[in-house]
Amino acid sequence: MKKTVFLGALTVAGLAAGVSAAATLEDVKARGKLNCGVVTGLVGFGAPDANGEWQGFDVGFCRAVAAAVLGDPKAVEFVPTTGKTRFTALASGEIDMLARNTTWTLTRDVDLKFEFVGVNYYDGQGFLVTKDMGVSSAKDLDGATICIQTGTTTELNLADFFRANNISYEPVPIETNAEGQQQYLAGACDAYTTDASGLAATRASFEDPSAHVVLPEIISKEPLGPLVRHGDNEWEDIVRWTLNALISAEELGITSANIGELSAAPGSNPEVNRILGTEGNLGEMLGLDADWAKRAIMAGGNYGELFAKNIGESTPIALARGLNAQWKDGGLIYSPPFR
Amino acid sequence: MPDLSYVRSEMLPERAPPASQVGIVGWARANLFNGIGNSILTVLSLVFLWYVLAAILPWVFAPTWSKGSLNECREVFAADGGHGAACWGVIRERWVQLMFGFYPEAERWRPVLAFGLLFVALIPVLFNMISRRMNWVLLLVVLGLAGVYLGGVLGIIVGLALLGAAAFVGFKAFTTSKEDRAAEIASGVKRLPNPLFFSALYPFIAPWLLWGGTIWMPVGAALGFVISVLAYRSLLPFVGNLAGLIIAVVAALVWWLLLTAPFAGGLHTIIPIGLEPVESRDFGGFMLSITIGVVAIACSLPIGIVLALGRQSDLLIVKALCVGFIEFIRGVPLITLLFVASTLLNIFMPPGTNFDIILRVLIMVTLFAAAYMAEVVRGGLAALPKGQYEAADALGLDYWKAQRLIIMPQALKISIPGIVSTFIGVFKDTTLVSIIGLLDPLGLTNAIRADQNWNGIVWELYGFIALMFFIFCFLMSRYSMYLERRLRTDHR
Repeated sequence: MKKTVFLGALTVAGLAAGVSAAATLEDVKARGKLNCGVVTGLVGFGAPDANGEWQGFDVGFCRAVAAAVLGDPKAVEFVPTTGKTRFTALASGEIDMLARNTTWTLTRDVDLKFEFVGVNYYDGQGFLVTKDMGVSSAKDLDGATICIQTGTTTELNLADFFRANNISYEPVPIETNAEGQQQYLAGACDAYTTDASGLAATRASFEDPSAHVVLPEIISKEPLGPLVRHGDNEWEDIVRWTLNALISAEELGITSANIGELSAAPGSNPEVNRILGTEGNLGEMLGLDADWAKRAIMAGGNYGELFAKNIGESTPIALARGLNAQWKDGGLIYSPPFR
Repeated sequence: MPDLSYVRSEMLPERAPPASQVGIVGWARANLFNGIGNSILTVLSLVFLWYVLAAILPWVFAPTWSKGSLNECREVFAADGGHGAACWGVIRERWVQLMFGFYPEAERWRPVLAFGLLFVALIPVLFNMISRRMNWVLLLVVLGLAGVYLGGVLGIIVGLALLGAAAFVGFKAFTTSKEDRAAEIASGVKRLPNPLFFSALYPFIAPWLLWGGTIWMPVGAALGFVISVLAYRSLLPFVGNLAGLIIAVVAALVWWLLLTAPFAGGLHTIIPIGLEPVESRDFGGFMLSITIGVVAIACSLPIGIVLALGRQSDLLIVKALCVGFIEFIRGVPLITLLFVASTLLNIFMPPGTNFDIILRVLIMVTLFAAAYMAEVVRGGLAALPKGQYEAADALGLDYWKAQRLIIMPQALKISIPGIVSTFIGVFKDTTLVSIIGLLDPLGLTNAIRADQNWNGIVWELYGFIALMFFIFCFLMSRYSMYLERRLRTDHR
């Protein structure tokens, strides 16, 4: 009897917490700050610099949303989350959105009751080996020792890949990326496997990057994207279309350099006009003002600018656009039309 | 006198002992080369030490302090012959972050001041070797330095005035001998107030300095104790001891939970004095570790003592509650409690409540430490001969007096090594908060490595953090040894 009462109370509390999530936009506006969940530190994607300012690709998206909603890209409270705390932080309302290179999977979307608003980076699991090994394909890794982070989907992907190709391997379990780098450099394993973006950053940090190669095989699909709570569709729309605005801006050639000029008066391209609010009332439909997308793009540039500044080929990580090129350039980055 | 020429007629002067028996040589002979076996061991140890130091020292003493990234360091090593060494530039660039986390730059004097005042407040509690006046001088010096550092005309004037007062009192304290001072006091000169007053105020000052906000909040919190005592005193004649205690506690709780916020808010609108509020999220680095460690250490001891007494109590409910609490907390890993604090509580709390994450962690770590403390204190209680309890009863002391005057001083003295071990353990356990996403020094290492400039740096960061933790823990350990020596009054 007592137990039932207790459970009942918990359910009511849980429901009440769920109900409170329904008006995220009002909450954010009343607070004057966007609580954005980020990584505790991942090269290129999110980390505080020496002055405590957060920088990175995912961080840039948080700033864009803050600029669209609140008008100030600095009005963000970055909440560092670990792989273990990220989902409860979002579910409990401690953060309004999560931009923390999280793979979009069915269970996370459906069972954990979140909404992925899109994909901002298509990643996949790869292998890093030394050039001395003379291996040109992951299929040559028969019998190799492989450093792998435990408790992640990478572990399962690896097992699947080797079983499908009927070859064997010996896993060397590690806990963190830093440990993986050290073990790999110390020769504790022949190959190191994690997401390809992480491998590129790891390789760039080596004393002699040219002595190491990332093998061409990508053995898993890791679409990383920002996510929000299930059940607040207005807020979900805002976050989704902020991402789409950044992507469309790149496609249509709106950059942080020419945005002032383009938004001054309606131009010849009607879609640009609709995005920048010089035509139509798309902002109003989202519950924001007409300039929302302009501010989001000005916060850190369009999708391509964010990519180039944080993880692109001019940075030490030097990731090629690859799958993350615009659809017109042969990639998968594609925004529905602003209409 | 017969002619005894073979007998000395005068004393020979004392001669210095042979060179091989004194000084460094004598010490080495006695301690290092005392027999063949020991000589071999000594030589082997020296060779081992040489190998270890020859490997470590060149690594530590690397000219990389001014470098701005790992690659710049590597250029230095390459020019230097190619062997790797430490890249200390990361500590130079990030040590402020490792100390303060994200605490706003303009406000960083506050944690420093709180840390300085912590020592002023601790000294009269921990040591009795320093005089009253010197303690007040210390307080004035710390406050004066803070005033001068803050700058501005007012800050410098106040700071210099405080430093002047400190110099005046300090000068007087140094020039009058102990006996003269005792005579002065005997002749009725007013003494300075007991510095424990400041120690009692410190728990209200420190949170205000760290978190900021209106000054009326700590004042309100302190008033809760006053109200509690007043309620107890005024009700005692009418309702008796136990009911009086309960009412006093309830009155204080009502005041804190319901009335303090409106009281502070109301007064703040009339007299707005306050500091810039700083959110808990901005806490990080060693400041976070020390805040959690100090609060857990300071609160766990009294709670632990109460729990230990409760566990030995004859009152069934009290005993069951205490045993249940202690065994439950000790049966659960700290990391589980931290996960409860960071994730579970969030979900079950009513919507809109903003229960500060650091406060949640503080409570969990304190409870955890208190359960261990209770068992350590219980060990001390169990070690006391039964005769001590009976003697206290025979003297006609009531329960609390017996505990305060007879039992606890002895039991705590026995438990000092265990208590300090628990303190050190708690302080080191604060690094576990990095797992729930708080950026303590260990959490920050990950964030620092995520800067491409420093990606790949491991030993320098961990070494620096280990050194800082070692300093704190070693000081605590030395203090416990000092305390044991000071309190050694018994049968040994």
